[in-house]
Amino acid sequence: MREVMAEAENPVMLYSIGKDSSVMLHLAMKAFYPSKPPFPLLHVDTTWKFREMIEFRDRRAAELGVDLIVHINQEGVSEGVGPFSHGSAVHTDIMKTQSLKQALDKYKFDAAFGGARRDEEKSRAKERIFSFRNPQHRWDPKNQRPELWHLYNGRVRAGESMRVFPLSNWTDLDIWQYIYQENIPIVPLYYAQSRPVVERDGMLIMVDDDRIPLEAGEVPEEKVVRFRTLGCYPLTGAIESRADNLATIIEEMLVARTSEREGRAIDKDGSASMEKKKQEGYF
Amino acid sequence: MNSTGSPADIEGYLEDQASKTTLRFLTCGSVDDGKSTLIGRLLYDSKLIFEDQLAALEADSRRQGTQGGEIDLALLVDGLAAEREQGITIDVAYRFFATDKRKFVVADTPGHEQYTRNMATGASNAEAAIILIDARKGVLTQTRRHSYIVSLFGIKEVVLAINKMDLVDYDEKVFARIVDEYRHFAAGLGLTITNIPMSALNGANVMGGSDLMPWYDGPSLLEWLETVDVSGGLDEDPFRMPVQWVNRPNLDFRGFSGTIASGRVEPGLEVQLLPSGARSRVARVVTFDGDLPTAGPGEAVTIVLEDEVDASRGEVICAADDPIDTSDQLAVHILWMDEHELYPGRQYYLKTATKTVPCVVTELKHKINVNTMEHQPARRLELNEVGVGNLSLSDRVAFTRYGNNRELGSFILMDRQSFATVGVGLFDFSLRRAENVVWQALTVDKFSRSEIKHQKPCVIWLTGLSGSGKSTIANVLENRLHDLHRHTYVLDGDNVRHGLNRDLGFTEADRVENIRRVGETAKLMVDAGLITIVSFISPYVTERRMVRDLLEDGEFIEVFVDTPLEICEQRDPKGLYRKARAGEIKNFTGIGSEYQAPENPEYVLSTVDQTAEESAEQLLKFLADRDIVQR
Repeated sequence: MREVMAEAENPVMLYSIGKDSSVMLHLAMKAFYPSKPPFPLLHVDTTWKFREMIEFRDRRAAELGVDLIVHINQEGVSEGVGPFSHGSAVHTDIMKTQSLKQALDKYKFDAAFGGARRDEEKSRAKERIFSFRNPQHRWDPKNQRPELWHLYNGRVRAGESMRVFPLSNWTDLDIWQYIYQENIPIVPLYYAQSRPVVERDGMLIMVDDDRIPLEAGEVPEEKVVRFRTLGCYPLTGAIESRADNLATIIEEMLVARTSEREGRAIDKDGSASMEKKKQEGYF
Repeated sequence: MNSTGSPADIEGYLEDQASKTTLRFLTCGSVDDGKSTLIGRLLYDSKLIFEDQLAALEADSRRQGTQGGEIDLALLVDGLAAEREQGITIDVAYRFFATDKRKFVVADTPGHEQYTRNMATGASNAEAAIILIDARKGVLTQTRRHSYIVSLFGIKEVVLAINKMDLVDYDEKVFARIVDEYRHFAAGLGLTITNIPMSALNGANVMGGSDLMPWYDGPSLLEWLETVDVSGGLDEDPFRMPVQWVNRPNLDFRGFSGTIASGRVEPGLEVQLLPSGARSRVARVVTFDGDLPTAGPGEAVTIVLEDEVDASRGEVICAADDPIDTSDQLAVHILWMDEHELYPGRQYYLKTATKTVPCVVTELKHKINVNTMEHQPARRLELNEVGVGNLSLSDRVAFTRYGNNRELGSFILMDRQSFATVGVGLFDFSLRRAENVVWQALTVDKFSRSEIKHQKPCVIWLTGLSGSGKSTIANVLENRLHDLHRHTYVLDGDNVRHGLNRDLGFTEADRVENIRRVGETAKLMVDAGLITIVSFISPYVTERRMVRDLLEDGEFIEVFVDTPLEICEQRDPKGLYRKARAGEIKNFTGIGSEYQAPENPEYVLSTVDQTAEESAEQLLKFLADRDIVQR
């Protein structure tokens, strides 16, 4: 993080409000102490995030005294783009990928921190910590800068940028362990509690507001659930669980036999789909 | 894993986890050695494969697997879509697993010669290496290459994993023969070698021992990984911390943030900052979690000094009683990583620890054949080649021999246009001449020389294709300046090649050297106070920038004689284009060799619709506007 600060002209931290973002932000507070992190947070709001995420976001930014930029793709909003009307692929592309590019272009950020980890998914295992993007924000897996020792090359020309992944070599277990060890606040949705859900394509979807179209006679059911990963509520599956504190979450993880990204609908469109999305500029 | 589940158990578990050490290791071997299968086996047997991944793996195995419907563990590991299709691992992939004793980070790298750079990348952060050998094939050229790179990049602990023992009937004699052959070859590499016979396919000697090879009583691979000692003694080395970032939240606090590269620091330690040389004493070791009484290698801290020291990023704070060396002339090993070759004389940016400086490879002594370790003469380095040479830096840097410390002994080279990382290297030692050759300070300087000529010395650098009109314009311009009683000199490409540069041809390497010499000559002439007109094709942006950097701000006036190739070819005053088209001249700029037009020249001359006299007149006006000549 300090290397980015020293080499970039206008860095930003992408803040997705999830547990990895919470860890990344905590690390930034440490890295620059006693200074505040000398860059703003950017949240790309798809307008379909869980309400509790948004409350948490605003509260944390205020508590820590860091600058928060919220960007919403207004064109997408005026066209009424959403996961129910347009499907997960179009929604994610317009409200997340395109919206992120808009924000990066608008503020002319030349370096953006992201919380992605190499253990999450096979194509991420090969991405650099300092990941070069051309002026169209594209990632070229065949043409990455060699990254040896801890010598990071963050230099770019005008229009080009870096995505930087400080948590690249952390595993999911590392993240939870660190949250536990450092007592880092996370969105309460990670903890089990009774929540109204409906079942869609085998996934438990939380009825977070009244935009979710219920079928005739369909009644949301109260179940004790939690989320292992957070995103747009219509695309994020809950799991039934009684784990309502960190110790029990970690215990549940240790016996789990289903990996983390299964709760995300977007990974299922073909096994090389994440790599394709990344090349297009998705995180 | 256990599921006993009271919070106390979990806390105990987490404490155990926090105290586990992490081992980073590299696996090297070729496509057919079973490397991906081995890593797949480690992940599979350490239960790090989740149910949904397993389901996907089974489906993939049926579709693309090479194990006849059995689970193909290699498919777990091969990441990118393109690789899956080709069946080879292209890049470096990182995998993670853990046992009760240690956490592991595996750098999985491809083994072909064209991927030497990828292997080096994996090796740079690894503490141990597994070199795979196919028991049927024994020690191959690639085994030698892998061993050399592992050794070059400072890995000491190595497992020679003799794999596919199942295909040689678990024969001890086969194993012993390979071990013997390898020991003989690796004698000079300084590696500590452990030989393990195994079968990644069925897991023999991977996680635990195997009944199939009762004659082997050494550790299994995992036992070795869990116990190998790679501490390296950084703790006992003298204190060094490169300054990453100057931490100044307000006027009352000024600290130097960095990650400790070696040794320990505590308040009261006397320190020196290098290369600047300032001295002080540590007042505080600051972290978010409070001040520390002491901190050691790998810890990211902020150091506050007792005195107001004006230090910036790139300095290394070190123990005053055992300071780090500094130099601007260094002998180095370089591994070239770019499609465009390295040429001595060309400028790059060098980054070491937290400092970035322009540099030139002044001399290439030889390259090393990574397969045989033979030294071969070299005038350039190509992609994946390793060479030994000398570097000249534009500023002193703090450094350590790579063998002593990886963080302070390593560097990367960046292209000056694209900033791409084009090469990496290891510092060997400082060249004496940096310390002994002192710049002779002369009393009569550039200013006094030019003052009595009533002019501002500069270089007017005319660049453009052959036949664009450079020499004609240079000649007219010098005449006009001479009439105005200015002191001038013209360096003309063709003329210089008759003397100073008579030994140079037209390859890219020679063109680079050609411009370097002319640049240095022009610099001497500017020092002598002359208005120097250079008329050179000078096709490459990098070299023109190199000359610009030799001179002071405002002294280099790049003039692009912008005549299109078709017009130059029509004019063809020396008949060279005709010969080039006929194949009689190779590497002719514009035909067999590229011309890179200037991006931001001081002046552009379009010669299509004007005479050389008109062009010279325009330049003269431009020089007058810049106060270089008064009219």
